[in-house]
Amino acid sequence: MDARRESELSPMKNRTTVERKSERELVVTRTFNGPARIVFEAWTRPELFKQWWVPKSMGMFLRSCEMDVRTGGTYRLVFGHDPSKPDEFFGRYLEVTPHSRLVWTNDEGGEGGSVTTVTFEEKDGKTLLVMRELYPSKEALDAAGTGAADMMSETFEQLDELLVTLGASAGRS
Amino acid sequence: MVQYSRARLDASFAALSDPTRRGVLEQLGRSGASITDLAEKFHMTLTGMKKHVGVLEQAGLVATEKVGRVRTCTLGPRRLEEETAWLERYRQLWDSRFDELDKVVEELKRKEKLDGRKKRE
Repeated sequence: MDARRESELSPMKNRTTVERKSERELVVTRTFNGPARIVFEAWTRPELFKQWWVPKSMGMFLRSCEMDVRTGGTYRLVFGHDPSKPDEFFGRYLEVTPHSRLVWTNDEGGEGGSVTTVTFEEKDGKTLLVMRELYPSKEALDAAGTGAADMMSETFEQLDELLVTLGASAGRS
Repeated sequence: MVQYSRARLDASFAALSDPTRRGVLEQLGRSGASITDLAEKFHMTLTGMKKHVGVLEQAGLVATEKVGRVRTCTLGPRRLEEETAWLERYRQLWDSRFDELDKVVEELKRKEKLDGRKKRE
C-alpha cells in the first residue's frame, strides 16, 4: 500500500491492520491521536464505549451495555431491536490495568470462546493500540471466520451458489 | 486485482462447464480421493481423469498431493481466498469502529482542554 499518499489525502486517518499471527490468533493494530488514558477511557466507560463499538455501517442496534470493568468483573452486550430474539455477547475481565492493558473472555459461544487482549502504548501523545484475539483452536478461529463468510466478495459468493446448484444437479443425474 | 479475479472466474467457469468435473467436485466435497478412485467412480480411464483433475487444479478448485505412488485430490486452495476475504471484512469492521473511536478521542481531548482552561481561570 502507498501509505504516504493515503496520509496526504486524509492526514488524521490512521490505518487499521489485521494479521493472522498463527492458526489460533488474530492481531489488529491502530494508532490513535490521543494519550493512552483517553483511549483507555473510551474502551472502559460504557457511555463512551457505546458511541463507537457499533458503527452505523454495521446495521446493528445495541440495546444494552453493562460493563463492570475490573479484574474478575463481567460484561454483557445485548444487540437487536426484538427483545424476544436478543443477540448477546458476554464474558469476564481477566485483567484490567488502567491505561495499558485489558484482557477479557468471550463466553457467548461456550467453550470455543476466544480471549481478547488489548494493549495501549503511548508515544509522543499518540497511542498504539494492539488487540489480540486468541482462540482455543484453529477450528474455533476458522468457525468465527465462517460466521463472517456471508460477507464475502460478491463474485465468489455467486460462484459458490453456482457450485452448490451444479453440485446438486450433478448429484441427481 | 479485478483482472486477476476475472481470469480466475473464467478458469472456474470453464472448469465447471463439464458434468464429470462438477461430479468430481461434489465427490471431493464429501471426502478426498485418489485419481484411481475417481476414475473408477466415473467409469473413466486414468488418463481421462488426470486431464479433468488438471483442469480443476488449474482453476484452484482442486488440490492434489502425491504420497508415494498415489495422487490424492481434495477441494482446492480457493478456501484461502475466502479466508483473505473474511480477514478484509474483519479489518473493515474494526476500521469503521476505530473511525468512530477517533471521534470519541477527539471529543474527550477537547473536553480536557476546556476543563484545564477552566481550572486555570
